[in-house]
Amino acid sequence: MSPIAIIMFLAIVGLTLVITWWASRRTSTATDFYTAGGGLKGWQNGLAISGDYLSAASFLGIAGSIALTGFDGFFFSLGYLVAYLVVLYIVAEPLRNLGKFTLADMITARFDKSKVRGTAALSSIVIVLFYMIAQLVGAGALIQLLLGIPYWSAVLLVGFMMTIYVLFGGMTATSWVQIIKACLLMLGTVIISFLVLAKFNFNILTMFSYMSTATDAGEAYLNPGLKYTNGIDTISMLVALVLGTAGLPHILMRFFTVKDAQTARSSVIWATWIVGIFYVLTIFLGFGAAAFVGKEAIVAANPAGNMAAPLLAQALGGDILFSFVCAVAFATILAVVAGLVLSGASALSHDIYGQIIKKGKVTEKEQVVAARVGSIIIAVISIVLALGAQTLNVAFLVSLAFCIAASANLPVIIYTIYWKRFNTNGAVTAMLTGLISALILVAVSPNVWNPEAGKAIFVGDPLIMLTNPAIISVPLGFLGGVIGTLLSKESDEAKYREVDVKAQTGISVQDVSH
Amino acid sequence: MGNNKPAINYDKIAEMGSFKQLVKKKNVFLWTITVIFLVAYMLLPILTSFTQILHHKAIGDITWVWIYSAGLFVMTWGLAHLYVSKANVFDKEAKEIIEEYERGVK
Repeated sequence: MSPIAIIMFLAIVGLTLVITWWASRRTSTATDFYTAGGGLKGWQNGLAISGDYLSAASFLGIAGSIALTGFDGFFFSLGYLVAYLVVLYIVAEPLRNLGKFTLADMITARFDKSKVRGTAALSSIVIVLFYMIAQLVGAGALIQLLLGIPYWSAVLLVGFMMTIYVLFGGMTATSWVQIIKACLLMLGTVIISFLVLAKFNFNILTMFSYMSTATDAGEAYLNPGLKYTNGIDTISMLVALVLGTAGLPHILMRFFTVKDAQTARSSVIWATWIVGIFYVLTIFLGFGAAAFVGKEAIVAANPAGNMAAPLLAQALGGDILFSFVCAVAFATILAVVAGLVLSGASALSHDIYGQIIKKGKVTEKEQVVAARVGSIIIAVISIVLALGAQTLNVAFLVSLAFCIAASANLPVIIYTIYWKRFNTNGAVTAMLTGLISALILVAVSPNVWNPEAGKAIFVGDPLIMLTNPAIISVPLGFLGGVIGTLLSKESDEAKYREVDVKAQTGISVQDVSH
Repeated sequence: MGNNKPAINYDKIAEMGSFKQLVKKKNVFLWTITVIFLVAYMLLPILTSFTQILHHKAIGDITWVWIYSAGLFVMTWGLAHLYVSKANVFDKEAKEIIEEYERGVK
C-alpha cells in the first residue's frame, strides 16, 4: 500500500472515531441511542438516509454490474430510486406520526399485543442479519483486496469498528458517520464521472457511440438482456427492489430520528435528489470502467465486478484518487453496517427485551444498557456468520433481504394504516406468511440448487426458476393478512379511528414521540 | 409527554365531516399517484423482457430504454416535489380540523 492510501484510511478512521467520541457524550438516554434524540434536521437526515442506502452494494456493485452487463446493471439503480416514491407516498409520514423507535412500535400503536411485536421484531432481525452478512462478506473481500490482509482479519476489523461506533456513539455517531460518508462518496463519484465525461469531450452521444463498440457485447451492451434473460425473474427482482425499501428496518428507523412528519418528508426529498443524482452517475462509473479498465482487468480483480469503480479511479486519477475511493468505500461499509446493527439492536433490545420480556417496565438506565448489550449480540452473531460465509455468493442475500422486507413488512404497514377491519391475527399471519414464503421459495431456488457443482450451495435441480421470489411472496404476504384477519372475529374500530386520526393529522405527535 | 392538555377524543375527530373529507382526498391522491408510478416503473421490465420496442435507437446510439429510464428519474423527482406541495396543503387542512375540534371541546 502506498503512504497516501494509508494516510487516507487513517484520516477516515480517525475522523469517524472523533465523531463517535463527541456523540458518546451526548448519548445518555434510550432516545439518544436509538434516534439521536429525534433531533436531526431534514437535510441531515436526508444525507443520512442516502448514506444508509448507498451501501457498498450500490457503489461498488452497481458500477461493476453496469461495467460488465451494460443496461442490465442499471435496473438496480432504477429500482432503488423509484422505491423512494413508495416510501414517501405511503410509509414515511404515518410511520413518523405513530412510531417511536421501531416498526413494531408503529404496528402496536394499533394492536397492543406482544405477539405482533414479537413477529415484527423477528422479521426485522432476519432482514438485518441477511443484509449484514452480505455487507460483511463483501466488506471482507474488499478490505482483503485493498489492504492485503486475510479475509478473517478484514471481517474482524470492520466488525470491531462498527461495534465501537454503535456502542459508544449510538444513532448520533452513526448518523454523522453516514452524513460525512455520503458527502465523500458523492464527491468521489462526481470527480470520477467528470473525468470519464472529459474523455468523451463532455458529449454523452460520443460516449454512447463509443460504448456500442467498446465491449465484446457490441450494440447489445446498450440494451437490456445481457444478464437477465428470464422476463418473469427480471420483473420479480424489480418488484422486490421497489417495494422492499419501504420495509427495510434500517431505512424505517431513520424516520424516528426527526421531530415530525414534515421533517420526515423533507428528508426523503433530500434523499431522493442525492440518491437520484448518484444513480445517474453510476452510468459514467460503469461505462468508464468498461471503456478504460476493460472487462478482463475488472473480472481478474473480482469476478463480481466489485472493483470496477476503484480500478477506474486508478486509471483516470492515479494512486491518489484510487486511495481516496478505497478509503471512501471502506467508510461506506462501516457506516452501513453500523446502521444495520442499530436497527437489529432496536428490535432485539427495545421490542423483545424491553416491551415483551419486561413488559415496558424498564428504567431509562436499563434501556440504555439493554440497547448496548443488544448491539453487541447483533454484531457478534453477524460477524460469526460472515466468517463462515466467505465462499457464499452473497449477491442473493441482499435481494433476499429486500424480498423479505417487501413480503413481510410492507403488507402489514399498509394494512395497519389503511385497513379498518385489519386485526392482530391478520398482522401476525401477514408477517409470517411473507417471511416464511420468501425463505422457502429462496431455499428451493437456483441460488441454492444448481445441477453443476460449485455454482450454488447444493448440487441438484431447483424447484422454481426464480432467483428472486418477490412476485409470488409479496402477494402471499398481502393475502396472508386478509385471510388471517377474516379468520378472526376480533376487530377494534375505536382503536383504528385513533390510529387513523394520528396518522392523518399528526395530532399528538408529542404523545407518541419524545 | 409533558403536555397538560386533556385526553384527545379521537372518535370525535374521526366523526367530523371535515376530517372524513380530508382522509378521502388524501387517499385518492396518494393511491392514484402510487398506481401511476408503479405502472410506469413495472412497464419497463415488461416491455424490455417481452418486446423489442425499446431496443431501437432514439438519439444517436442512445436507445429508447435509456430515454424511458431517464423519464423514470424525472418522474421520481417531479412526483417527490408534487407530494410535498400537496402535503403542505393537507397539513394546513389538518391543522384547521384540529382547531375546529379544539373549539368544540372548549
